[in-house]
Parts: sequence; C-alpha cells; structure tokens
Amino acid sequence: MNRRLLLAVPLVAAGAAGVGFWSMLNGMREGKFDPRGVPSMLIDKPMPDFTLAGFTAADVRAAGRPIVINFFASWCVPCIEEAPTLLALARAGVPLWGIAYKDKPAATDAFLTRHGNPFAKLARDEPGTVAIDWGVTGVPETYLIDKSGIVRWRFSGPMPEGAAQFLAEKLRA
Amino acid sequence: MIRLALMFLMLAGPAFAIADPAEALKDPKQEARAVEIGQQLRCLVCQNESIEDSGADLARDLRHIVRTQVSEGKSDQEIIGWLVARYGEFVRLRPPFNWGTALLWASPIIALLAGLFAAFSLRRKAPAQAAPLTAAERKRLESLIGS
Repeated sequence: MNRRLLLAVPLVAAGAAGVGFWSMLNGMREGKFDPRGVPSMLIDKPMPDFTLAGFTAADVRAAGRPIVINFFASWCVPCIEEAPTLLALARAGVPLWGIAYKDKPAATDAFLTRHGNPFAKLARDEPGTVAIDWGVTGVPETYLIDKSGIVRWRFSGPMPEGAAQFLAEKLRA
Repeated sequence: MIRLALMFLMLAGPAFAIADPAEALKDPKQEARAVEIGQQLRCLVCQNESIEDSGADLARDLRHIVRTQVSEGKSDQEIIGWLVARYGEFVRLRPPFNWGTALLWASPIIALLAGLFAAFSLRRKAPAQAAPLTAAERKRLESLIGS
C-alpha cells in the first residue's frame, strides 16, 4: 500500500468529521437541529383521539379549519417565555387551543390571568395521559392540526420568533 | 458496631427510582417483568436513564403505564410497541437492528477489521535491509568499541 494513501485516509476521515460537526453546530445555532429532540410520530397522521374537560378531538375536527394546539403548564418556566409569542399569534388570528398538562385548574387559571390567555379553548389534562398519547415529552409543545384532523407540524419547547412566523404563514396559505 | 453497619450497607440493593413501594405491583413476578421492560425504555426527559431509574414525572407516569399493561397480561413486545408508537424508536435504549442502525451495530466489527487491516499492512512491510558498513564506518566502530 502506498504510504501517501495511508496518510490521506485519516486526514479525509478527520475532515469529513469536521464538516459534520460544523453543520451540526450550525444547525443548533439556527434552531434547525436539536440534539435532544425527539421527532414526533404524529406528523402526517391523524391526531390521537381524546376526550378532555374543555374540548375533545371531535371538537378539533369539527372546527372545519386548521387548529394550533399548545400543551402548557403553570409550573413550566419556558411557557412563560413563550406566552408573548402565543399572544401575538392569537392577535394575528391564529386559532390557538390550549391543553393544560399535569396542572391544577386553579394554578392554570392564575397563570393565564397573569401572563395573558391566548387560547380560544382550554382543556385540562391533569393526569397527563392525553399528552402521552400525543408523544409529548415536555411542555410547551405545539401542534398544527389541519382541518381534516391530520397533524402537520410540531414544535417542542418555547417557539422562537421564526417558528411563530412559520406557523402564521402556514395557516395563511 | 461499625462492622454491623458496613454489613447493612452491603446488603442495600441497587437504588431504583421507584422509592415508593406503592408503585410496585403486588405480584413479585409481574413486578420483575415490569422492571425488566422499564429498564429497556428511555426516559424522554433525562434521555440517558431508563424510566426505571429516572425520577422524572413523565418516567413515573410511563412506569405506571408499563405496570398497568403488565397486570393486564400484555406481552413485552406489545408494551414496548405501545411506547414506540408514541415516542418512536428513540424510546428504546437498545436500538433494533434495521437499515437505519446497521452502521451503528456494525461499528465494532468495522473497527476490528480496520485495526486488523492496519496491523497487517504494517507488518507486511519487512524492515529495510541496512546497508553494509563501509570501510570508514567499520574503522570508526572499532575505535569506539576499543578493540
């Protein structure tokens, strides 16, 4: 074997690894890549059936238009961070329905009074079982359901400006 | 006294997060099965812990679901499948063998083969024959050894 070729193999491998890491870090900076992210199993699938105090899956389907569902909780700090974004979306006419995850009703109500209530409808998932059916790994989590009840998009964590814009554009289209 | 305390310390079993005995199933056989299943499932919050080891709220809820399904007589595959349907393959701590994970599973073999190849190709290169000493070198060597 050629000595030069033997030297080139590790160099090329190190170069490829470098390019890989660079694109990964770049993706993390731009918010396109989340190393801890768990991809949703629901994308392009019908939303799981559920019946909660507040609204049911049938109500979402009966809306006849795309609905954005946001899982949140009063005990969740990133939800406070996300509150202004949600309020802005609601003002822009995005139909936002909220599901309070593992939260006491009184605490949820106090949270919405304090940080503003962007939700047209509010459901309560106190045992957190509906969230498990949806594959929610933590709050906040946001889902876009199209008018036939298919999940089209999911965002895990507080939505940054870009995600909210993307969502508003997707609903306008 | 100290000896006795040490003995008790050694008796202490591995500490699982289910500190609450109310969580465990009454039937020890079923509980053992639930633990075995839970140890194969990733806690989605802590990610490098199994739901059996994690103290997270979601892990506790998932442990409860595993135990409910065990007592309902569901098979291991059914229970793990139920969670995979919701959280994806990522929920398994041991990834299944398929095209997406082939490289991952093959990596020890690939590393071994690469090492063998490197070792073999280095060995095959016989050490170059040293040129015989010139007359001047031989003279200097003799003077150095002092014979």
